[in-house]
Order: sequence, then C-alpha cells, then structure tokens
Amino acid sequence: MNVSFFFEVLIGGMLSGVMYALVALGFVLIFKSSGVFNFAQGAMVLFSALTFVRLLEMQVLFWLALGITLVVMILLAITIERIVLRPLINQPLIILFMATIGLNFFLEGLAQGVWDNQVHGLDLGINDVPFEGLQQATGILVSTFDLIAALIAGALVLGLSLFFYKTRIGRALRAVSDDHQAALSVGIPLHHIWGITWAAAGVVAFVAGMLWGTRLGVQFSLSLITLKALPVLILGGFNSIPGAIVGALIIGASEKLAEVYLSRFLGSGIEHFFAYLLAMVFLIFRPYGLFGDEIIERV
Amino acid sequence: MLQAQHIDLAFGAVQALSDVSVDIAPGEILAIIGPNGAGKTSLLNVINGMYYPQGGRIVFQGVERGKRLRPYQVARQGIARTFQNVALFKGMSTLDNLMVGRTLHVRSSFLSQALYWGRALKEEQAHRTYVEQIIDFLGIQAIRKTPVGKLPYGMQKRVELGRALAAEPTLLLLDEPMAGMSVEEKEDMSRFILDIREELGITCVLIEHDMSVVMDISDRVVVLDYGVKIADGTPDAVRTDPRVIEAYLGVSS
Amino acid sequence: MVYRESGQFKTTYADDMAMFPIAQDRWGVMVTITMAVVVVPLVASNYWISSLLIPFLIFALAALGLNLLTGYAGQLSLGHAGFMGVGAYAAYNLATRIPDMPLLLSFFGAGLITTGVGILFGLPSLRIKGFYLAVATLAAQFIIEWAFSSIGWFSGGSATMTLDTPPMVIFGYRIQTPRQRYYLTLGIVMLLTLLAKNMVRSQVGRAWMAIRDMDVAAAAMGIRPLTTKLLAFAMSSFYAGVAGALYAFVFLTSVDITAFELDRSFRLLFMVIIGGLGSILGSFLGAAFIVLLPVLINNAATLFVGTVPTDLIANVELMIFGGLIIVFLIVEPYGLARLWHTTKEKLRLWPFPH
Repeated sequence: MNVSFFFEVLIGGMLSGVMYALVALGFVLIFKSSGVFNFAQGAMVLFSALTFVRLLEMQVLFWLALGITLVVMILLAITIERIVLRPLINQPLIILFMATIGLNFFLEGLAQGVWDNQVHGLDLGINDVPFEGLQQATGILVSTFDLIAALIAGALVLGLSLFFYKTRIGRALRAVSDDHQAALSVGIPLHHIWGITWAAAGVVAFVAGMLWGTRLGVQFSLSLITLKALPVLILGGFNSIPGAIVGALIIGASEKLAEVYLSRFLGSGIEHFFAYLLAMVFLIFRPYGLFGDEIIERV
Repeated sequence: MLQAQHIDLAFGAVQALSDVSVDIAPGEILAIIGPNGAGKTSLLNVINGMYYPQGGRIVFQGVERGKRLRPYQVARQGIARTFQNVALFKGMSTLDNLMVGRTLHVRSSFLSQALYWGRALKEEQAHRTYVEQIIDFLGIQAIRKTPVGKLPYGMQKRVELGRALAAEPTLLLLDEPMAGMSVEEKEDMSRFILDIREELGITCVLIEHDMSVVMDISDRVVVLDYGVKIADGTPDAVRTDPRVIEAYLGVSS
Repeated sequence: MVYRESGQFKTTYADDMAMFPIAQDRWGVMVTITMAVVVVPLVASNYWISSLLIPFLIFALAALGLNLLTGYAGQLSLGHAGFMGVGAYAAYNLATRIPDMPLLLSFFGAGLITTGVGILFGLPSLRIKGFYLAVATLAAQFIIEWAFSSIGWFSGGSATMTLDTPPMVIFGYRIQTPRQRYYLTLGIVMLLTLLAKNMVRSQVGRAWMAIRDMDVAAAAMGIRPLTTKLLAFAMSSFYAGVAGALYAFVFLTSVDITAFELDRSFRLLFMVIIGGLGSILGSFLGAAFIVLLPVLINNAATLFVGTVPTDLIANVELMIFGGLIIVFLIVEPYGLARLWHTTKEKLRLWPFPH
C-alpha cells in the first residue's frame, strides 16, 4: 500500500469535506436560531451561484456582481422569514421542515426559471492545480483551490463562532433556538433575529455556491449538496458550529477512502451513499452527533 | 399493594428523590402533597416505569419488580395514570382516546383487524360496550365524538381519567387531576375518585395541591419536600405536623 | 340541508361503528365506486386511462402506504419511492426466476419482500424521532438506489439496461389493453384500500395515532412503541411494494430504478401533505392533484401563451409544487381532505349560515 497515496486521498477527502462544511454551516445557523432544519439551503446555494454567474456573464463587474448577489440573498432571506416562517411559528417543527422542502422546490424552479437550466462555468481566479510547496516537500498532491477553500471555510467558522458566543446578538440567537416563547417573553425580537440568521445563512450559501460552482460548474446538481450536508450534521450535531467542520472532515475523508479502497469489493459509486451509511450508524448509537445537544423530553 | 422502598432519583447534579419510601395499601386513597418541585411527579414517574431510580426498589403485589421495566410493561401489570399536563391524544375523539385505553385487552391480530371480521369485530364491539360504561360513569356522552383538542380543560381531565379507567387497572396514579378546575368540577372529580374506589375497587394515588380536597377524600397523606418524605399519616395528623407547616408556610421567627 | 343526519338513528354500537355511518356518505361511496367500475371504462379515452387514471391509482396506493406511516403513525419517511423500487424489482425477479409464477402471487410476494426491507430500515425508529428518522429513511432511499443500479443480480444478470416485464396473465387470461390493466389496478387498489380503512379504524390505527400524538403517554397505556412503529413501517412498505410492482408491470412495462428516485419520494410526500395527513381519502385526493397538475399547467400554458418551452414548464411546475406545499402547510395542514370535511360540515347547515 502506497502511503503517500493514502495521504493524498485522505487529505483530498478532508478538503472536499471542507466544502461540505461550508454548506453545513448554513444549516447549523438556521437550526441554532430557530430549531428548523432548512431543507432549502441547497436551493439557496444554487440560487446565489446562478445569480452571481449570470450577472458576470452579463458583463457586470466582479465586485458589483458580488454586492448585488449579496443584497439579493439578504432580501430573499427576509422575504422567506416573513412569508414562510412567520405564519408557521407555532406549528410543530416537522411542519416547518416540510415547508422548507416545499421552499426548496420553489427556489429551484425560480432560480432556473429566471436564469436558465444550463451549466455555467465560474472562474474565481484560483486554479485547481497542485500546491507547489507541499508537492515539493512531501510529494503529496493537494489542490491549491482546495486549500484556499479550506482557509475561507476556517475563517467563516471562526467568525461565526465568535459571533455566536461572544456577541449579544449571538446570545439572543442561542436563546431563541432553545425556546421561542421564552425568548419572546424576555423581549428578544424574534423576527429580526430570524431575518438576520437567514440572511447570514444566505451569505454562507453564497460563499459555498461560489466555491462549489467553480469546482462543479453552476448547475442544478448544486442543490443536491443538501443531501450531503445531512450526514455531516448527523455526525457533528445539528446545532454545533465546530461539529459541522469535524463532521464534514470525517465524512469527506471516509467517503473518498471508501470509494478508493472498497469499490473493488462492492462496486463503484459507494461514495454516493457511504456518508449516509455512516450517518445511520451514528443515528443508532449517537443520534445527537459528536457535539450536538441532547434533547430531553419532559412529560 | 405497592411498596416503594428507599427510592433515590437524580438528574445529573439535581437530587429529585432521596431515600423515599411509600407504602400503598390496597383499596386506599393516598394523597401525595408538597411544595412545587418536591419530587411528587418524579415519584409517580418512578412507580410508572418512566424514570429508573438510581437506588431503591419497587415491590408490586408482593413481587419485586425488575429494575428496568418499560412503561408499557408496567401498564400491563395493572398500573394506569394520568398526567399533569393532560397527555391526551389530541388528534382523536374522546371515544377513540378511551378505546386506546383498552389496548391491554385487545387480543386480535392486525390481520384480523384489517379484515374487520370474526374476533376483531367482536372485540371491537365488546370494547365499545365497555368504554360506553365508563362514558356513562363520567357523564361525558355529549362529547363522545368531539376531538379532544377542542374540549375545555376540565373536560379533558375527565376524559383522561376515563382513558386510564378503560385499562381496568388495579392501581391508578393521578397527577393533579383537579388542577385548574372550578369548585363544581372539583366536587365532581372528587365524587368520581371516591366512586372509583367504592364501585370499582381501584386503589388511587393522587398528587394534589388543593388541601380541602386532600383532607376530604384521602385516607392517608404523604408529604414530600425537596425530594425527602417529611410526613406520612392520616390527613389530620399531617395537617398539624410542624414539619409540614414549616415546609408550606416557612419558619416563623 | 343536503348533508343532514336527522332521521338516521343508530340503535346498536355496531351501527355506529360502521365504516360509513351517515347515509349520504354511503351513497357517495357507492356512486364513486360505480363510476370507477362501470362508467369510466365505458366513457374514458385510452389516453385518459393509460396516462392518467392508472398512474393515479398506483400513486394513490403508494401515497396511502406513506400516509399510514407518516400521517397516522407520525413517522416521517423520505424514502418511500425506494420501497416502491424494491417491490418492482422483487416482482420482476419473482416472475422471471420462478417458472409458472402466478402474477398475483408475484405482486403479493413483492409486497412481502418490501415489508422485510421496510422493517429493517424502520428499526432505528425506536431510538430516533422526527427528522432524524427522516434522515435514516433518506439513507434507505440512497442505499436502495445504489443497490439496484450496481448489483447485477437484481437485474436478472442481463446486460441491457432496460428490463422488460413479462406479459401479464391471470388464470390464463391475458392482461393487455388499457381497460384490462385498469381493472387489474382498480381491483388491487380497492382491496388494499378496504384493508387500510379497516386497520385505521381498529386498534391498530388508534395505536398508530397514539404514538403519533404522544408516544410517552401511549407507552404508559400499554402500547408497545417498537412493535407499533415497525408495524407501521411494515404495512406502509407492503403497500409501496405492491404499488411499485404495479407501476413496473402495468404502467411502465419495464423495471427501471430511475422511476423510483428521490424526486419520486418527495412527490409522494407532497401527495400526502396536500391530500391530507392521516386520511385515506386524502391519499387519493393528493395523488389526483399531483398527477393532474402537470397536465393542467401544460394546458393552461398552451391556452394562454401558446407553445411554451418544456424547460420553463418544468420549472414553473416546481415552483407551483413548492408554493402549494407552503400554502397548504400554512392554511390547512390537514390538506384537501380536511377542506372536504369542512365543506361537508357547511353542507349540513346550508343554506342557513349557522
């Protein structure tokens, strides 16, 4: 067995895991603040990426396009909060979850209806080539793009963690996620908070969209990333920011390793469901993930 | 009938019950009282099998119970209960809720129920007849088909009592059955509980805050405070017990 | 005034517990059945029967299964189409590998095999609830998709991608024309619907609803949570399996995993939500809605706008689906079935306001 090849696969897997983490972060944000699992996060990734790419194709300047897309995502978030979340405030969470499934379909249709169904290439100026320094030092091939994505993700995680644990708004958000009614009764402006969180999730979705879009091309399958994020969240815990990263790294690495080393026994395509297999195991033995909070039911 | 011996129950660092022992004699009405947070509901939950105590044991009808008996297994032994925050099945009607109470007496398989013939049909009719007797007993004919979510609180409590009765228990645990009721409703409920004991021979344990009700209908009273039993005796004895007075009213200095 | 019950007295509990205690309901059901059995085959065109009514019936059956699991027992499942796929492949293998295998037995066997798979994937339901369980069902969906596209044995070891189903023969009688296939489907769906209706109004159904509403209290009443939940998974998988077998043999005349992918699972869930959770009628209403909607959109579009690119139609369809889900969840979470019941309640008093 070739050790350096193993490390290549491992590190490559972990770095692609970082990309999952970007998407997972969006989920965690919304879950932490409202207890809702936002199935539409993937569609938000698609929507933001499509908007950005099409603006670029219409010859809009890079930074202007960036700004416009950000504004669009924030407006979208506020609209969603007002139209979808507010009427459903007292419903059981499962209803909210199903509403986000509906939202997912709606946004997909909207994004593709407004822009189109084609695949768009996206070039951010970062190349998907092996990182010179590492290659020369250890002979391991790791993509520069992946490394930069990892750095961005790390920065996001750090920023969000600081936000949640050190600021007043962050504390308010944590209160809201614990108990809507109680938070309201203490005077926390629920709707503003939700607007903020969804907007933040929208921004995170945009970042994820840009990076994934560069790698895969901006197209419909971006929204399928939701489905990869779920196992990440199961492993890491639905309401843990560091958990999203750790879970993503584990999923990314094990997925690639399984594909490379197990496909000779089981046939190819394992990486499509291996993450879910791992999630199933966790669901049985440790449903709240490595860092998640256990939910206790009182009778 | 049931002896809870030296029960210790803790949630993390919070000690809910410390060395609590309670004897429940057959056919008696036992009231458990105490300030809020004293551990009364926790005690019922232990008896019910919903919480597993860290220490102590439960002896039911002369047999020591297994340490980790599931709630449905405890129910099968003949213990039924009502809950503090009415735990009715909100999506179903009164009648359906009561019929669920008959679960333990349903013998037909799901296949026979799918065909709705033979044994399943006979059973369904027999259970309906039995449940109607409970409906008569509690006077809830008018709300038979109403979804319980639409009922006023007092009625819901009554339905919950009916559901517990439908199981034909030997021991009935009632968690604040009269909370939030008016004086007339309380009188009705008290009458029901006494009738349950007299006509059906069911032993009743109730958690209750209304002292007049407790004094009126219970044979014995157990007082808990901060997870410790501080008194155990007839209502009159407990009423004049200095420790009880101190727990409720505070020390006069 | 139309829907009054006055004058309809029940003197025994048995009468009160009948499936349709109100006479008007009985009439309604008889009329519907007569329409379905007699009128439709005489009047409807082949297009209607083959492309709309048969898929409607099949999806209604699958939605019914999902409703038992999600609507009655409260266990959210996002992998229902995967179970349909299991049924399709099981029926195919039973019919082609076992010589002289009767068709109906293939379907029944397919249902049983799917039941087994369903119970397996339902095992986590004792430890996890809500959408954690939904994630487990998603896992089931993906694993099933992968299994059928990668493991050659299921496809009969054939090299070609499309597997044609063998011709259908029942007691020597060949099932071929649209009408014949319609009757076969209708018969099976009617039978299984009857069984479901019975289960739902018996102790089984009540136990499911108890688990759904408050499983802690249900346990205190003697209901065994694991067996009850597994039974829900079992029943729902059986229905899905038979529906899948029907879909492959009667509708597609081929077995193909792409017909049973995640998108299909979502559509089935939409049928149940829009039609009404916890309602047998709702499963049918929801299926009708989802099957008819694309046709409606297409016709409306061509009527108002002229020829519309299929891409745009597909996207508009997505938007309408998604939008409707949200609207229904906000306005009437119990779906079309509840709207129907409310209408009937109003009809009791009409033309009086109250």
